[in-house]
Amino acid sequence: MSVEASIAPVPGVSRRQGTAGRRIVRLAQNLGAVGISVFLTVLGLMAITFFIGRVIPIDPVAAAVGDRAPKDVYEATRLAMGLDRPLYEQFYRYCVAVFRGDFGMSLSTGNRVVDDIVRVFPATFEMASIGIVVGVLLGVPMGVWAAARQGSWIDQVIRVLGLMGYAVPAFWLGLVGLAVFYARLRWVGGPGRLDIAYDGMVDPVTGILLIDALLAGEPAIARNALWHLALPCAVLGFFSLAYIARMTRSLMLDQLGQEFIVTARVKGVPEWKVIWKHAFRPIRIPLITVIGLSYAGLLEGSVMIETIFSWPGLGNYITTALLNADMNAVLAGTLVIGAVFIVINKASDVLYRILDPRAR
Amino acid sequence: MSDTLLEIRNLRVSFPTLQGGRVEVVKGLTFGLGRERLGIVGESGSGKSMTGRAILRLIRPPGRVTADRMDFQGKDLRSLDESAMRAVRGAGIAMVMQDPKYSLNPVMTVGEQISEALETHERIGRRDVRRPVLEMLEAVRIDDPVRVAKLYPHEVSGGMGQRVMIAMMLIPRPAVLIADEPTSALDVSVQAQVLDIIDDLVRSHGMGLIFISHDLDLVAGYCDRILVMNRGEIVEECAAGRLSEATHPYTRGLLAAVPRLDEVRDELPVMDRRAGAPA
Amino acid sequence: MSGTIAWLLDETPTSRMQARLGRLYRLTLAILANPLAVVGAVIVLTLVLTAAFAPLIATHDPIAQSLSERLKPPSAAHWMGTDELGRDIWSRVVYGSRITLTIVLLVAAIAAPLGMVIGAVAAYAGGWIDRALMGLTDIFLSMPKLILALAFVAALGPGIENAIIAIAITSWPGYARIARAEALVVRRSEFVAAVELQGASAWRVIVSNILPLCVSSMIIRVTLDMAGIILTAAGLGFIGLGAQPPVPEWGAMISRGRSFILDQWWVATMPGFAIVIVSLGFCLLGDGLRDALDPRRKEG
Repeated sequence: MSVEASIAPVPGVSRRQGTAGRRIVRLAQNLGAVGISVFLTVLGLMAITFFIGRVIPIDPVAAAVGDRAPKDVYEATRLAMGLDRPLYEQFYRYCVAVFRGDFGMSLSTGNRVVDDIVRVFPATFEMASIGIVVGVLLGVPMGVWAAARQGSWIDQVIRVLGLMGYAVPAFWLGLVGLAVFYARLRWVGGPGRLDIAYDGMVDPVTGILLIDALLAGEPAIARNALWHLALPCAVLGFFSLAYIARMTRSLMLDQLGQEFIVTARVKGVPEWKVIWKHAFRPIRIPLITVIGLSYAGLLEGSVMIETIFSWPGLGNYITTALLNADMNAVLAGTLVIGAVFIVINKASDVLYRILDPRAR
Repeated sequence: MSDTLLEIRNLRVSFPTLQGGRVEVVKGLTFGLGRERLGIVGESGSGKSMTGRAILRLIRPPGRVTADRMDFQGKDLRSLDESAMRAVRGAGIAMVMQDPKYSLNPVMTVGEQISEALETHERIGRRDVRRPVLEMLEAVRIDDPVRVAKLYPHEVSGGMGQRVMIAMMLIPRPAVLIADEPTSALDVSVQAQVLDIIDDLVRSHGMGLIFISHDLDLVAGYCDRILVMNRGEIVEECAAGRLSEATHPYTRGLLAAVPRLDEVRDELPVMDRRAGAPA
Repeated sequence: MSGTIAWLLDETPTSRMQARLGRLYRLTLAILANPLAVVGAVIVLTLVLTAAFAPLIATHDPIAQSLSERLKPPSAAHWMGTDELGRDIWSRVVYGSRITLTIVLLVAAIAAPLGMVIGAVAAYAGGWIDRALMGLTDIFLSMPKLILALAFVAALGPGIENAIIAIAITSWPGYARIARAEALVVRRSEFVAAVELQGASAWRVIVSNILPLCVSSMIIRVTLDMAGIILTAAGLGFIGLGAQPPVPEWGAMISRGRSFILDQWWVATMPGFAIVIVSLGFCLLGDGLRDALDPRRKEG
């Protein structure tokens, strides 16, 4: 779950004061530029998945329909995929199909891939969202605390904890967690989203079990869902908090070294206020980018975690497809996670520009 | 002597080095301050800025400060606990920092930052704080205080930023103001104005001023008394008017290095730095 | 002794060798002053020694099966217990260090030079070449690495060589970014202009003047990335797309132990500790190197 730490530097100080009208025009230009850049990046991403799916395999048809497919199916697929056409035309067709939401059929489930993804995505979304909340609520205060006491033993502990996020394999932590907290201590629920007894008792409305169960007026099922969410979310939350704490600490240290912090102390401002008001306020905006990156990273981390916890989400879908050589599903999953990644990234960029008084 | 605001004896500031030793940047400074303007002059790295921060106890570990005496209005600053020290900072001793571009909080408005200085030391309601802030902005000769109070630091010029800084530091009415190179980051054209504002307010409030600068001429013209610092030590102490009679070779060297309008020299002399160093 | 140290710390070295040794000495001092970095260096050194002397350190044959000894808990005979085929886990972990070291070294050896050349060429050429190369870099950077590596291995087929290729393909963009940033600074410097005036070709300028100056930031970055590479490789092994049995790769070993996690916890847990310790070692060392070599950007 290595997330690139690409925190934009604090935007250059501009002495010009934009009028409201000019500000809106600038914002619109910004949004337009971001939109184009998202589009181009997604297009590039599609070029990569196209390359992986059509160019690398010696026989892309076999990769799509499996090697035991009858001759006529094979031939029909070959023509349907347009493999008799030149490469650029194939890519064009591929793009058009993807923008229409057509990722082909899944070998392993026999459904349209797009239907599969819509079905499994909420489970991943639910888990990652709770994970990021855990990460933010614990990671930010820990990072601030470590920076405020730089060099102390508490700083060292939080630093090592932050590095652990880069050093511990997510799948291993999940396994150890299951062995300790589920098998031994019985503190949390086991694999799956619900106990078997409750399975299928709630109709999926949003796909998010906690909400669906409450909508159906079944608090017992909601409680059971929470019981099962606890461990995977704790594991994801750990990775998120490790990254967020590390970045928060480093952003805070940057601020605490600034002259205006000395100014605040000269004024006699109490230390907790120096930290939370003067040093923390300027980093709230770059922190949005950090949290966005962490959230995107959790979607990626869910691939491993879902495998461990038999969680019927996107990650599990991808790994199952991988083992069945179901390339349509693999590439669609890659594309979806990649696109979400890109959108979250750019969105936090835009938020940054809107919120920073210096960039307005 | 009731008129003595600050009494410093044998002040030392040291920092650890990579090799495991410690290096002293202020070596046994002794001076007193009354209701006067005291100038501290020296080259960069002579320890003059550390002196100001050491008095406010703002040197953070691993830096270390020791002194035989550090009294402010009869209170021993060395023995105050952190909260008593905070009451001294700002309300007792304030400091105008060097460059408003870095020393004002970039994401708080000017008004917020000034009112915070007052709210830290006085029980005052949110609504009541507005008037003194605007008055203080007027006192530092800002024409449109209502508008300026709403601006962010990056939206004001350097000169105005420094006036905001002065307003922020003087609003709790401290007894001593330390001005650490208050004009060296400013354009020449606004330097005089900012100095004038400081002078005016220090006089009318009856404060003591420690004016730290590398500019010998400026200090000589502005202060009552001058300390010349070199390598962490005071090498010369004299009344501002008698600077030309200075005897210490380091001071003479500094004086000789100041260019004059009415002379023709091919080359300004280079400071002989060994002159002031203890052998 | 003090004479040597004074010579090493001399502010005005008289020979190139003295300057280099002096730099190295200062770097060593800075790392030794940082206890966490020392821990990291010790761990990495231990990994290298373990890989080199695996036959001496291992107590058993890593692939010899012994069904009578299967799933034994840690004991004096089997320090980390045995797996479902009765193989000694300690010996497998020891031999696994060779695989881990091979993977990280090969990935670094492919990705770092590739990224460096792409970044340096982009910076030196400028114009549309720069834009095209950096566009490609940004697309790769905006992709989650693990997923991309998974997709590549899925297409290439499982196996340790393909895993290495896939990880290298996903790792180069970070290096390209750094190399470009450094090269842009160097490119505008006077000495490059002087070399160009002497008629050096663009390629020559890049290889002999620009690339060597990117090396120190590259070393920091590679060290910091090692943990990520190890985790991705282990993840591929865990899913079954990396090293294939009976190779004692740590991720694959955890995967085998998954079925026994509730009763024979040691099978999956022990190789995990190896991954954690080694990754942590690279992180700590990388952090220390960065603080020592690049004081502008402490932490982050």
